Amino acid sequence: MSKSLDFEVPVVKLREKIQELKEIAKNADVDMSTEIETLETRLQQLETKIYTNMEPWDRVQVARHAQRPTTLDYINEIFSDFIELHGDRSFGDDEAIIGGIASFNGQPITIIGHQRGKTTKENIRRNFGMPHPEGYRKALRLMKQAEKFKRPIICFIDTKGAYPGKAAEERGQSEAIAKNLFEMAGLKVPVISVVIGEGGSGGALALGVANRIFMLENSTYSVISPEGAASILWKDATLAKQAAEAMKITAYDLKAMNIIDGIVIEVAGGAHRDVQAQANELKECIHNALTELTILSETELINDRYDKFRKIGEFIEEEVEVKVDGKVDVEVEVN
Amino acid sequence: MAIRSLLSINKKKQKGVIVDRNKENSFPADLMTKCPECKKIYLSKELENNLKVCTNCDYHYKMTAWERVSILLDEGTFESFDENLRTSNPLKFPSYLEKIEIDSLKTGLNEAVLTGMGSIKGAQVVIAIMDSHFRMGSMGSVVGEKITRAIEKATEYELPFIIFTASGGARMQEGVISLMQMAKTSVALKRHSDHGLLFVSIMTHPTTGGVSASFASLGDLNIAEPQALIGFAGRRVIEQTVREKLPDDFQTAEFLLAHGQLDAIFHRKEMRDKLATIVKLHQKGGVSNV
Repeated sequence: MSKSLDFEVPVVKLREKIQELKEIAKNADVDMSTEIETLETRLQQLETKIYTNMEPWDRVQVARHAQRPTTLDYINEIFSDFIELHGDRSFGDDEAIIGGIASFNGQPITIIGHQRGKTTKENIRRNFGMPHPEGYRKALRLMKQAEKFKRPIICFIDTKGAYPGKAAEERGQSEAIAKNLFEMAGLKVPVISVVIGEGGSGGALALGVANRIFMLENSTYSVISPEGAASILWKDATLAKQAAEAMKITAYDLKAMNIIDGIVIEVAGGAHRDVQAQANELKECIHNALTELTILSETELINDRYDKFRKIGEFIEEEVEVKVDGKVDVEVEVN
Repeated sequence: MAIRSLLSINKKKQKGVIVDRNKENSFPADLMTKCPECKKIYLSKELENNLKVCTNCDYHYKMTAWERVSILLDEGTFESFDENLRTSNPLKFPSYLEKIEIDSLKTGLNEAVLTGMGSIKGAQVVIAIMDSHFRMGSMGSVVGEKITRAIEKATEYELPFIIFTASGGARMQEGVISLMQMAKTSVALKRHSDHGLLFVSIMTHPTTGGVSASFASLGDLNIAEPQALIGFAGRRVIEQTVREKLPDDFQTAEFLLAHGQLDAIFHRKEMRDKLATIVKLHQKGGVSNV
């Protein structure tokens, strides 16, 4: 049983209670089926109530859950024939990003994703899913390779952010991220990005210039972590819960702002509760998006990506028109 | 006022604060400036005449966007774009618009970037100049939109695009919309580049975060001013992460040049000449020696 999160404690407690009653009934030979039934109905109601009314901060907790499925979990469930490809060909192999080729419903594709570890040991090897420049350069190498062989690219986003370290700066973290944004804009093949956990800032966006962007229901996508936002905006990192709300980082927020194309509904309580069911949900989403995109020509794909990002931004445009009589007429148009 | 008291006023001045033109004749403290680097004190007028570069140690002071226009472009050629765009408050952050209003009055800009068209030694260019006096030069929707529109104009008119960056990064108050401006500007630059057009990025102090990780690093030529702070993550964040003291020159232009991250560093005094030469060398149909 995986660790429970604060907001779901009532559910976990009730579930334990039911289990307890069942044990007693079995051992003491007493009929408690009515009581158990009543409690199970209540559990169902409670689950619905809690899991359908999750606060942004609850979702942050689910997105960061140690057992939350990673890129590799989805690769294993959704794709066949996966062969991992390593290295950026100039510095090293960054295990915080994983990539390779596989087949999806019989179609060759390229997969690239941030890769967290599930154990401390693996997390150290994978740097907690926070890439160095060579990780982004490996990703770009595999994207260009996909383009050559006309394979669609599927990206999984799951990172707190690009690694803020000395070596990362020396090797050009900024340039590596920027180059990915630039080159992804010009890819002649379909690109689909799915945020499966945390989508942290530029380090996430560097795998995110896609034709279609989806988010798992409990994932987040933001310019800065709630803790970081709280400490910059209010000089107090403990206000992270409030920041999670103010910064509008949930899948529903991003859908409302028209930044993402769709939300992949999660199994009750979060993807970690049933990886296979979650993978099936995600598989269908990728399948549908690919079907839409494969009919587009190379130019159409590039233009589609251009238009998608071109329209993001909220501002007021005052139209200044000089009228015939010389008066200036100001119209306000909200974008 | 005795010269001694003038000097003591200057000593209290904040690091890097420089003459406000509007107050030129009202307060004597503005008469003198003390270099934050070498501590030399000189007449502010002298500093202005030297393109806001310390006459003693070459320290490059921050410049406003309009000051850069006046030292870079041929006189009277600059035409400003999109001054009618105004910041909205998509995430409804309290007092956000008030802060914008204050900086707008202070700088005379509608947002943290000035964009437009002009000529450098006769060659037409589209130019964007960020101003760190406006909300630390941070990038929200209007900054992203103005830069993107400028790039699109450059593509449409087949002109070189030149940007002077100065920014603390993405603007927190516009959340993920700010983040997406990195992608928006980058897709526009890709299209500009695919038309075979020149993009020169000049990073000035400071260029960090989301701006450094998007258009600032995407020049065909990536240039910097001397000693400019350029980097992805903040120094304190890195020190906390790696738990070691970073070298003094960490994330300076010189550090980046030594690590192969820049094409060149240009002194402010040679900026106009060098840019004119670069633009000339990229003109279609070869170099005409005028």
